[in-house]
Amino acid sequence: MDKKLYGLMAEFDSATELVDAARAVREAGYTKTDGFSPFPIHEMDEALGIKRSILPVLVFFGGITGLLLGVSLQVFVHYIDYPLNIGGRPYLSWISFVPPSFELTILLAGFTAVFGMLFLNGLPRPYHPVFNVPRFALATREKFFLLIESADDKYDYDETRAFLQGLNPQEVFDVDE
Amino acid sequence: MVEGDHTLGTVSDKIGDLALKKKTPFFWFVGFGLAFLVAQLLMVSIGYLLVTGIGIFGTNQPVGWAFPIINFVWWIGIGHAGTLISAILLLLNQKWRTSINRFAEAMTLFAVACAAIFPVIHTGRPWLAAYWLFPYPNTMGIWPQFRSPLIWDVFAVSTYATISLLFWYVGLIPDLATLRDRAKNKYFKFIYGTLSWGWRGSSRHWHRYEIAYLLLAGISTPLVLSVHSIVSFDFSVSQIPGWHTTFFPPYFVAGAVYAGFAMVLILCIPLRRWYGMKDFITDTHLHYMGKVMLATGLIVFYAYIMEAYFGWYSSSQYEWFMIKNRIWTGPYWMFYWFLILCNGISIQLLWFKRFRESTFWLFVVSIIVSIGMWLERFVIIVTSLHRDFLPSSWAMYSPTIWDWTLYIGTIGMFFSLVFLFVRFLPIISIFEVRTLLPEANVHGHQQDFEENVVEVEYTYEKTDPPNKESEA
Repeated sequence: MDKKLYGLMAEFDSATELVDAARAVREAGYTKTDGFSPFPIHEMDEALGIKRSILPVLVFFGGITGLLLGVSLQVFVHYIDYPLNIGGRPYLSWISFVPPSFELTILLAGFTAVFGMLFLNGLPRPYHPVFNVPRFALATREKFFLLIESADDKYDYDETRAFLQGLNPQEVFDVDE
Repeated sequence: MVEGDHTLGTVSDKIGDLALKKKTPFFWFVGFGLAFLVAQLLMVSIGYLLVTGIGIFGTNQPVGWAFPIINFVWWIGIGHAGTLISAILLLLNQKWRTSINRFAEAMTLFAVACAAIFPVIHTGRPWLAAYWLFPYPNTMGIWPQFRSPLIWDVFAVSTYATISLLFWYVGLIPDLATLRDRAKNKYFKFIYGTLSWGWRGSSRHWHRYEIAYLLLAGISTPLVLSVHSIVSFDFSVSQIPGWHTTFFPPYFVAGAVYAGFAMVLILCIPLRRWYGMKDFITDTHLHYMGKVMLATGLIVFYAYIMEAYFGWYSSSQYEWFMIKNRIWTGPYWMFYWFLILCNGISIQLLWFKRFRESTFWLFVVSIIVSIGMWLERFVIIVTSLHRDFLPSSWAMYSPTIWDWTLYIGTIGMFFSLVFLFVRFLPIISIFEVRTLLPEANVHGHQQDFEENVVEVEYTYEKTDPPNKESEA
């Protein structure tokens, strides 16, 4: 072969076909695989063997950071840096520190959820080899695609191509690097 | 939830083409032009305010809080329906939220943007607001007062605006990718491509995406309840009769959702008609929104009644005087009864199917409710302040022309933003509508109800004779 391929991609017509094919691919021992669909398909997690993301843990710690930030900021301002006696109220009037701390908890948890998701997904990534397949534009519309990367241990051009053909797809594409 | 004969492809085309292909309809130019003209009032008013000072407003002792805060609370309240639809209804697995969440969230953003104008400019010196509002080390060595509800408000509203923006934008990413792949014009392709961050619909991405979306919904739910609670603290933490009540937070939150759903209806009834979106925003959606409005409206009405009762039961002469003054002896009694008519009486129509299922009546009731919710804030703020503890300080309040232009200007800005949104972005969440189609169900399973499906299959095997094959 002359050019190096990123992988092989099969196109399917329905979500059910994609899930069945993904299951077969996984059972055949491929690991560097991915599915592409116009909407989230929960069955794909199990079919492709996608591990549960660490994102919720990150979001938890994001929230804790926000909480600590909020509490320490207010304690610093009203207890350490500039104690101000207002009507004899205690300097550490923690009840009134609750709303800002709560809001900062939410804020940092939200930031972590969104930017953590994008980071773990490797986005933004304007160029990706899969976009080299012209039909792939339909992945955001109505078609379903299954990719086996050439980096996979079990990958062998002819064998893998024959295997994907055997899953009864619409078509199998070479994905240029 | 989706009517008509739709497939994954036609859904994408029908919604996406509004932004990409369809010729911009004539009414869009008329609507946007009008809204944009009205928005100029805002520019002029702010300009005049900055040059002259807040003497141009009718606000004065003893009514030291008036139009700016009335309008602020009104706009913030309207925003709440968007988050309720996108977050709380998502957690409650209400499928009907899917086709209205996108523009309800957009409405939230625009409403919060309008709301934020008032606290920033009401002092007439917005450039000083930086150190009044935000805790940053400055050369004067001073800090904001964190024991004040006004600072809580700053944190609540800015967090709310940020999280709403993130939520809305995260929802848009897959749809922007759809538009990117469909756009023919290379500039649009570039813009949508940039905004979609190279989204390619990978299963591994969807997995994290859904977790992030759910987590955002989870944290937005307490957030949206906290925001209007904190806005109500601006009043209830003070000691003014008519403000100093513990039931303000739930009362304000219910009122916010009430006003917000009214605004969602005001926007979506014309929108679905003009853009032919009745397949996605069906009559069922409108009935449901009518029901939510009825429920929250009744809570608000109950709060009005309890407010009067508390005034009497408190045995505090100031509280009881305030209630009497508000309802019948004071100069603003007419506003109170107009408010009851708008928010308490008009909503009773929605008990009847005939009105609840009529688009016309829903639209009319929504407009009445929007006016009523504005009056509610007017009544709470002005009637509580204009009779001070000392009769020598009593005075009347009336807004000036600049109070009105500023308010009407924000309405213009709101609708300008809405018109821009419907022109350039998908007004309905395309990928979420796709999941509602039968094609989206793998092996005929309903995605979001996996557990239930297992249970159904279990009972299916036990029924005798077996049920017919389901159509899906």
